[in-house]
Amino acid sequence: MSTATMGFSRGHVEVLMFLRDRTAVIFTFAFPAMLLLLFGTIFGDQYTDAGVSASNVFSASMIAYGILSTAFVTMGAGLAMDREDGTLKRLHGTPITATSYVLGKLILVFALSVAEVILLVGVGALVFDMPLPDASHWLTFTWLFLLSVITCSLLGMAVSGIVKHARTAGAILNVPVVALQFISGVFIYPVTQLPSWLINVAAIFPVKWMAQGFRYVFLPDVMKDQEPAGQWELGRIALVLGAWCVIGLVLCLLTFRWSRDK
Amino acid sequence: MNAIEVRGLRKSYRGQEVVRGIDLEVARGEVFALLGPNGAGKTTTTEILEGHRRRDGGDASVLGADPATGGREWRARIGIVLQDADDAADLSVAEMVRHIAGFYPGPRPAAEVIELVGLTAKSKSRIRSLSGGQRRRLDVALGIVGRPELLFLDEPTTGFDPQARRQFWDLIRELAAEGTTILLTTHYLEEAEALADRLAVLADGRILAEGTPTTLGGGAQTTKVTWRDNGVLKEEQVTDPTELIRKLVATEADLRTLTVTRPTLEDIYLNLIKGDK
Ligand SMILES: Nc1ncnc2c1ncn2[C@@H]1O[C@H](COP(=O)(O)OP(=O)(O)O)[C@@H](O)[C@H]1O
Ligand SMILES: [Mg+2]
Repeated sequence: MSTATMGFSRGHVEVLMFLRDRTAVIFTFAFPAMLLLLFGTIFGDQYTDAGVSASNVFSASMIAYGILSTAFVTMGAGLAMDREDGTLKRLHGTPITATSYVLGKLILVFALSVAEVILLVGVGALVFDMPLPDASHWLTFTWLFLLSVITCSLLGMAVSGIVKHARTAGAILNVPVVALQFISGVFIYPVTQLPSWLINVAAIFPVKWMAQGFRYVFLPDVMKDQEPAGQWELGRIALVLGAWCVIGLVLCLLTFRWSRDK
Repeated sequence: MNAIEVRGLRKSYRGQEVVRGIDLEVARGEVFALLGPNGAGKTTTTEILEGHRRRDGGDASVLGADPATGGREWRARIGIVLQDADDAADLSVAEMVRHIAGFYPGPRPAAEVIELVGLTAKSKSRIRSLSGGQRRRLDVALGIVGRPELLFLDEPTTGFDPQARRQFWDLIRELAAEGTTILLTTHYLEEAEALADRLAVLADGRILAEGTPTTLGGGAQTTKVTWRDNGVLKEEQVTDPTELIRKLVATEADLRTLTVTRPTLEDIYLNLIKGDK
């Protein structure tokens, strides 16, 4: 059996097991949508000079959070769990390759992320009347989405190496998630309210760039005035995310272990 | 060549040595039991041979390869039943067996394996809902689905009821009859006695004795002969009772009361691990 076929076989059971675990479905999935509903409703009556509602801005930025939650957290916690419950050991006792295993996880993460984005865009469009973008923006959306999901998954995998017990994985992984959300302006609108040094710190990490990219996709062009640089900086977004993708890959290759025993 | 060859195997955890120079040889087609109390080092030894843990010292060869570097082809030829796993709780028994079978070049049909371990009635049940013994039987199914040449079983019958244990023993004998080499760990003496061609007693990281269930621990040296002489109970411990019995026949002793008792494996085993403490 080829590496790809085994990977698809893993992907199939990963998705099956995820769907059968109700709590995982609810927490991973519904939580970002719930936050969007809360933020959008609380700040719903605020409008920018350009006449764009704050709830639309949140709808766009929150997609970055959705992907963090489905890719970074699912990947990191999933790997820690697989190491603890014997999944990795079981697989390592068979002829499967590590690549197939990771491919299976990526299939799960992509399936979840696509569903999450549909949910968030759906809430944004149906509840907060966010207009859907045209074809050229969807094109940008596609590479941005792929790059974001891959980067977050690889980083989640790399971070899982420092998680000692699976039951603490969620807590540990959510520290960077929540911290980066705030300093990257996912929950703050407009982003320029943040002190500029904090914006500079956030600019080192991928989340700011993901959120900025999704704002480009879903908001009218005039909204670029609200960004720290006064423009969308698509090239820089691709560059930073690409760099983190490479860093994540290197970290994974260096730290991946089938078992904790060295 | 032997299926397993181990020389001077060593392993420490945080400076504490728990496998202290083990030598083992398991021939092809043999059923070999590693018998020992909890904490003896059975799992550590087995998992080193399975390629799951790294050894600190010594040489090991499993099916001609070093288990620390065994690749995919090597893994396709071994089967592993781990001591504790609770993976795939949300899959059904049949789904999991089919999934794992898919990784091997020439697997057994899933339904056949499930039948072999007696889980057919549970095929469609979620793994989460299985009892401890049923879960172990699933582990065994997953260990043999790839038609391994060499099967590792780490305390496979823990949690089995007596009937399930007998069925499991029959299964092992069937696999052995097909030519599968088996390395089994257990702390049940009667299991080692019932299944093993050869066995080794492991305690505190060392092999204390090795042999067949009949020769282990030099059992022959301690045969006990009792008889009554004019109503008085006599007892003697001898290596070979033949000579003594021949002498007794020539005397007036009442041979209707003659008993010749070889110590059970249990006596030998308990003596061995007691002597070690
Ligand atoms: N991963 C580990 N880390 C630290 N100590 C361990 C580990 N695994 C086993 N040990 C210790 O090594 C000894 C042998 O354990 P083990 O090989 O599991 O024995 P057995 O399988 O015979 O019960 C025990 O004292 C156990 O506590
Ligand atoms: Mg053990």
